[in-house]
Amino acid sequence: MYVDHAATTPISAPALAALTRELSRSGNPSSLHGSGRRARRSVEEARETIAAAAGAHASEVVFTSGGTEADNLAVKGLFWARRAADPSRTRILCSSVEHHAVQDTVEWLERHEGAEVVWLPVDTTGLVSLEALRAALAEAPDRTALVTVMWANNEVGTVQPVREITAEAARYGVPVHSDAVQAFGSLPLSFAGSGLATMAVSAHKIGGPVGVGALFVGRAVTLTPVQHGGGQERDIRSGTLDGAGIAAFAAAAGDAVAHLGDEAPRLAALRDRLVAGIRREVPEAVLRGVPHPAPEGARLPGNVHFTFPGCEGDSLLFLLDLAGIESSTGSACTAGVPRPSHVLLAMGLTEDEARGAQRFSLGHTSTVDDVDAVVGAIGAAYARARKAGMAGHASTIQTAGTGFS
Amino acid sequence: MRVLAAMSGGVDSAVAAARAVEAGHDVVGVHLALSRMPGTLRTGSRGCCTIEDSRDAWRACDILGIPYYVWDFSERFKEDVVDDFVAEYAAGRTPNPCMRCNERIKFAALLEKALALGFDAVCTGHYAKVIEDADGNPELHRAADWAKDQSYVLGVLTHEQLKHSMFPLAETPSKAEVRAEAERRGLSVANKPDSHDICFIPDGDTRGWLEERIDMTEGDILDVDGGKIGSHPGANAFTVGQRRGLRLGTPAADGKPRFVLEIRPKQNEVVVGPEHLLAIDEMRGIKVSWAGVPIDDVRTGVEFDCTAQVRAHGDPVAARARVEEDGGVQQLVVRLIEPMRGVAPGQTVVLYQGTRVLGQATIDSARSALRPEPAVARG
Repeated sequence: MYVDHAATTPISAPALAALTRELSRSGNPSSLHGSGRRARRSVEEARETIAAAAGAHASEVVFTSGGTEADNLAVKGLFWARRAADPSRTRILCSSVEHHAVQDTVEWLERHEGAEVVWLPVDTTGLVSLEALRAALAEAPDRTALVTVMWANNEVGTVQPVREITAEAARYGVPVHSDAVQAFGSLPLSFAGSGLATMAVSAHKIGGPVGVGALFVGRAVTLTPVQHGGGQERDIRSGTLDGAGIAAFAAAAGDAVAHLGDEAPRLAALRDRLVAGIRREVPEAVLRGVPHPAPEGARLPGNVHFTFPGCEGDSLLFLLDLAGIESSTGSACTAGVPRPSHVLLAMGLTEDEARGAQRFSLGHTSTVDDVDAVVGAIGAAYARARKAGMAGHASTIQTAGTGFS
Repeated sequence: MRVLAAMSGGVDSAVAAARAVEAGHDVVGVHLALSRMPGTLRTGSRGCCTIEDSRDAWRACDILGIPYYVWDFSERFKEDVVDDFVAEYAAGRTPNPCMRCNERIKFAALLEKALALGFDAVCTGHYAKVIEDADGNPELHRAADWAKDQSYVLGVLTHEQLKHSMFPLAETPSKAEVRAEAERRGLSVANKPDSHDICFIPDGDTRGWLEERIDMTEGDILDVDGGKIGSHPGANAFTVGQRRGLRLGTPAADGKPRFVLEIRPKQNEVVVGPEHLLAIDEMRGIKVSWAGVPIDDVRTGVEFDCTAQVRAHGDPVAARARVEEDGGVQQLVVRLIEPMRGVAPGQTVVLYQGTRVLGQATIDSARSALRPEPAVARG
């Protein structure tokens, strides 16, 4: 039972068809002969499909290798371009619950490029404080390079008030970037109506292949490129375009958005069934993010996130995995070591509370049976994980007790 | 049995896990994340818990067809092993961090979590043997290959810990055999270099590492008669038996090299002298533990024949040992038949009878028959 769709979701049938079709054809979209023109046509059709799916103009779509690259390009590109225009613009206002693709990029700019970072606090549900944003903007609007706040959080599913955020920043002419990797395909969204300067999306979160994504870049927005080369994609992002991946991305995006009206309520109903079921089986478990029942659009329709008191998330993950249920602790590092999530800590949880995190994320292949399987397994898994408890912190095994201290 | 294979990313633990799988056990591989800074690559035979080690362990599990997880014990490791290592040095003693890790991390924190999660045993790539006596109690023995034998660093394990320990490399005739087996099994770690140094000191410079963590104040180097013959940058970074790095300008009267005989952390003094004064005849151990059920002589307080070993790959020497009880607390008195060199407080003495590990104690004080005063005393 796969309940980790926020990590990646199985490729959709239209995307797989587009991918295999385009992979069997040759041609560099930048070439000027027949094969090149054919490949270019496929890319441009995809660009139009993706633009339409996100309420953007086709010329605003810059293809990238995925969400991480799109976030890097947006944050670094905006920072460098704004600072080049006015060297005093070095402030970055950043939410404290960003995905690492944004957070680590911002921290890198702080360490290496002299950026001054203001971390915007969130409330206990993970919602960014508009008041703090207003205050931070008013404090030094002329020195502010950009604001970056994700559209929806990948761990706890909280949807941010993007329109209000861009309205605040617009009063001072400060551009806003948003990581919409989790929101795109799950929520109705419009780049044109959002007021954003840039917006990052990824194919494999919505049924497309891994390795392709896009940054929406408003037509009036200037970005300094991160990656140099042949000048593809408006000279903003060089590199030969992945025609097959892009075609598949477009097929997935078109499919996801076409079915959004039915799929979002279907997933929200499954989500609510899962929340109720887990609460019934493990009354101690605490739902994180927007409280249940979440108002429509306040929480990602496929996101369920609990903390389980007295146990470690990785024990729970291990036991659920043994029971055939694939979930996530919600955060991971390169060596695969779960750490207390910065998102949960920003929401005011203690490290011990945050250690017991488990995220269940639903997607297009999820069914009632998946939800019921999780509910059926969670009680026993929790009981055992709790027994394993904080074994990493305090041992009861009789040891030799060496050492003087 | 349900077996948790602790996978370091090295060849020994990979082959041990393979043998556990082949023996029909239900095996899951777990790599322990022990460092807070795992983002480093390995250089040569040093370092551990790197991305590379984690990946090597992962690939070994892939080849064995067993699930793989990384568990974070970095906090426990820091408190129980790294901080303890620093504190012991700061107190003028010489701890063995690998032993501490076995005692408190691999066969305590990890074992406990494993048992709670439904496992029956923890399997590692240590070269040592656990056998059962007639009553089903575990006994710890040396590995078949004495050159690789690691029973010393497992000497701290108690009855309860041994009951749940599995060492599939026990009977392996040599390390070469393990490498050949890894090669046969298609394990990519077959030719990975052995690790030798302390895993949390990546460049192997223990002294430099300690100097960054322990307050060093310049102090005196004394000869055995108490006369000042030089100065040192801080007594804490020295080890009994050490010869290099004393930086004494003038040679000894007899022209022979001088060795650290004693460290006095309170006075910040280092006592040096000729090599023969390093020879120890008797030592007293505290924090005594028994590897399984103690032999009868332990209970009755009768002095018994044994061999004593004070470092991982040191030669065991013939000894007679007895247990003294003081207010219910055991102390171990070990008389060495042949004197032994380089014994420092804080080191562990492990006692054997034949191949069997009897138990261990932490050396509190040691005496040389050639020096009127205790050669080394607890500081």
